[in-house]
Amino acid sequence: MAEFLFEIGLEEIPARMIAGAEQELAARLKSMLVAENLLTGEVDLRRYATPRRLAVTISGVLEQQQDVTEQLTGPAWKVAFKDGQPTAAAAAFAKKAGLAVEALVKHTTPKGEYVSATVTKAGRTAAEILIEKLPAELGKIYWAKNMYWRPGKPERFVRPVRWMVALLDSAVVPVEFGGKIAGNATYGHRVLHGDAPVTITSPVDYVAKLEAAYVVADVSVRRERIRKALDRVTRTVEGARWREDAPLVETVTQLTEWPSVVLGTFEGEYLELPDEVLVTVMRDHQKYFAVNDAGGKLAPHFLAVLNTQVDAAGEAVIRHGNERVLRARFNDARFFWTFDQKTPLAERVELLRAVTFQKDLGSYFTKTETNIRLASALATTLAARGIAVDEPALLTATRLAKADLTAELVKEFTELQGVIGGLYARAEGLGERVAQAIYWQYRPAAADDAIPPSVEGQLLGLADRMATIVDMFALGLEPTGSKDPFALRRAANGVIRILAASGLPLKLSELEWMATSPEQDALAETSTSAVAAFFRERLDFYLREVMEFSYDVAKAVLAAGGDDVADAIARAQALTEVRASDAEGHLAAISGAFKRIQNILRQAREKGEPYDTAAVANVLVEPEERALHEQFNVVAPEVETLRASHRYAEAFGRIATLRPTVDSFFDKVMVMAPDAVLRRNRLSLIAEVAGRFSSIADFSEIVSG
Amino acid sequence: MANASALTFQELLFNLQTFWAARGCVLQQPYDVEVGAGTMSPETFLRVLGPRPFYVAYAQPSRRPADGRYGENPNRLYKHTQFQVILKPPPERVQELYLESLAAMGIDLREHDLKFEEDNWEWPAGGAWGVGWQVMLDGLEITQFTYFQQCGGQELDPICAELTYGLERIAAFLQDVDSIYDIVWARDPVTQRAITYGEVRLEEEVQFSTYNFEHADVAKLWEHFRLYEQECQALLALVREDEATRKERERVPVLAAYDLCLKCSHLFNLLDARGAVSVTERVGIIGRIRNLTVGVARAYAATLATQTAGQAA
Repeated sequence: MAEFLFEIGLEEIPARMIAGAEQELAARLKSMLVAENLLTGEVDLRRYATPRRLAVTISGVLEQQQDVTEQLTGPAWKVAFKDGQPTAAAAAFAKKAGLAVEALVKHTTPKGEYVSATVTKAGRTAAEILIEKLPAELGKIYWAKNMYWRPGKPERFVRPVRWMVALLDSAVVPVEFGGKIAGNATYGHRVLHGDAPVTITSPVDYVAKLEAAYVVADVSVRRERIRKALDRVTRTVEGARWREDAPLVETVTQLTEWPSVVLGTFEGEYLELPDEVLVTVMRDHQKYFAVNDAGGKLAPHFLAVLNTQVDAAGEAVIRHGNERVLRARFNDARFFWTFDQKTPLAERVELLRAVTFQKDLGSYFTKTETNIRLASALATTLAARGIAVDEPALLTATRLAKADLTAELVKEFTELQGVIGGLYARAEGLGERVAQAIYWQYRPAAADDAIPPSVEGQLLGLADRMATIVDMFALGLEPTGSKDPFALRRAANGVIRILAASGLPLKLSELEWMATSPEQDALAETSTSAVAAFFRERLDFYLREVMEFSYDVAKAVLAAGGDDVADAIARAQALTEVRASDAEGHLAAISGAFKRIQNILRQAREKGEPYDTAAVANVLVEPEERALHEQFNVVAPEVETLRASHRYAEAFGRIATLRPTVDSFFDKVMVMAPDAVLRRNRLSLIAEVAGRFSSIADFSEIVSG
Repeated sequence: MANASALTFQELLFNLQTFWAARGCVLQQPYDVEVGAGTMSPETFLRVLGPRPFYVAYAQPSRRPADGRYGENPNRLYKHTQFQVILKPPPERVQELYLESLAAMGIDLREHDLKFEEDNWEWPAGGAWGVGWQVMLDGLEITQFTYFQQCGGQELDPICAELTYGLERIAAFLQDVDSIYDIVWARDPVTQRAITYGEVRLEEEVQFSTYNFEHADVAKLWEHFRLYEQECQALLALVREDEATRKERERVPVLAAYDLCLKCSHLFNLLDARGAVSVTERVGIIGRIRNLTVGVARAYAATLATQTAGQAA
């Protein structure tokens, strides 16, 4: 058994793509070796990655596949041998099997006697197989963006391949890919080690040899070094702490082979700029970590993660260079911050006439008017439902919400749209309610993101997204497959999340109806059902992917209606709880009974059998059907009371108590009775049972087990 | 703490030119039609098309009217200088070659932090894109390094490497000055008196910012745009008429058509600086320029094919 090392050396791989590719390379290598029967039970698989390399070591690799012995069956014996002499058929079979005719033997089967040959297929060496199969696996690695580099364009890959190392223990496996042949030479850190090749003599040396050449090959080790260095360097400032930023730690981990950290300082005067702007400049534009002082406020420092190791003099040079760049960027930001505020947001609204929202929907000025109309309708509706809304603040915020699209600072830092508008509104003294609603308008930005803290902010967010969705659908611009150019799915997710988390008493259909302008009414019929279906699909996604309800619970709950988001979630929650505590299997049994009911009713409809929405008591003859009818008429009103007060878990519990009665009904009573009157009444009875509970969940969707 | 021993602006240019000439590049002069970037010079845009290997290096003053700041912003210019290197096809050790060029500028990498960070380049109006990096030195982007994949809507084979150095930025960094205008452009060889970037160029920045933002006549700019576009289209129409008589194609002045196309691009930038292009119009105008650049690239590639065929025969 041997250990195999494979490393592919590349020009700098984009940081965002390294983690996925590192995993994929290891997985592909392993499954290829498994498929070729080259792995034994105990396998130690290790992955490595830096900006310039992806590597994997795997132990327990067989040097050679086992030989495989096969029994081949040929023609019938009497065809192959006439009078004990081999015929042409025997010769042909022997040739095919690679044996002499004399080696053929007689094989007796129930069908008769046949010629048989024992053939041994020699196992191939691991090296042969790696040379043959590994290049194709490399070529299949997924990259978000590929390139060609060689003339004639033989392959696409993320960046040009510079070298490869492939060692089976100490033996080189000359795998060929991207115009290179693997050997045993790798390369160290560009600057600290230079161009001299580093020879790897055995897979077990790999990590140590690279470490000596200033490369930390293991991503998790590099990440830890960075975290420790950030801690250590931050401690040089009394009471300071670096702002935790896991995605940024990942990025700098994948940008370095030999990380170190330097602390820089900027002039305190820049702290007059909002934190949001300063942190965005540091994080998004310079990949610096922000630093908090002892009181948790932003301190005039930053941390840069370097891909080198220098002495104190070198550190001073690098610190100075980074400070210089940051100062220039802060200066730009300050210029825009001051410049923008010479034009108040209210004046900027006019400028939105020149900013296109969508070519058929007009400018952001028009979009703003649409949003105002919807926000106003929402405020009125909520006021009627006893929810306090500061309508003037909401309408001011809605009118000014898009104004920051004309601000230079937003053109420079597009990721801060909304936030900048909110900050300008606050600076203009428009009031905290207005400022906050504008500031939060694009949140939640992701499934786990917070929603706007105020009702006004929530309504602005709902109005903006809902108007966009309805208007885009009216133009036939709904998302299809992987195409969603206007990010309508994200907008719908935002609507659902705001409704779910705020508990605002608004139904999706109401939002949609209010967002539909009178002019669109002609089109409304088609687009309305399309919007409803779209939200149904998004709510299903939300229940399953975000709330992590099981597939069948989501389906059962939505079959009973998904117009009220918070209510659908509460029902899903209750159903999940009841199922988890359903030790006796009542719910599963009820679900089975409901499936049966649906099947019977469907068949009845197909046959044209008539039935009604409720049974007639005096046509019920069997004791079991009477029992079901009676118990149902006790349970149903109770369930409805519980449902009305949103006590869904109890409601489901009550429904589950019907189980014995339902069971004995189906045991003893034949629904499709020969007598037409009885048949019709029994169908009506089960239709009533299924129908009365259909507004809470469709139990027939529940998958038992 | 300005660094007096650093290269002057013009020495920086000399050194880069000398470095790349010694590595086989033809040294070209800046193209004498307004362009927004070194990529738009025909020495890049057209030379990257077709199969013929070509190494070229040149400085290219690049005009971006909207970036003008009347000389008041220490980091932004209406016209900045790109040093552009095209290596077609890219040599095997192109990154290492590039790092040697940093040494030629007086940068000792052992004292600095260097990173190649993903940055893909795209010029939609030129139907051109590539993948590559921004090269970061102590947190400053000093070079855009791109492997061209497509240009003028044409797939490239071989591809080329494009290195674009921002000379003002690099000079300010090396000389350690906070304003571009304080860069030492040259030193009097006798008195050692420094002639600054500001002395050479500040007035130009002020005047052109004034023109670009305040005086450029929007109606006339649109008219110029239309006229240049028409003339370019007329030349490209010759190419299409030519389909029947292939041998005549060499005589179609594709290079002139490209100049007209560059004029349109610059006029668009001027109109943009004047705030005369709404976002709605923008997409349409970029599409019109793209039609011209793609038409020119197609015609130029066809010309190359004819020439190659002629040489073969």
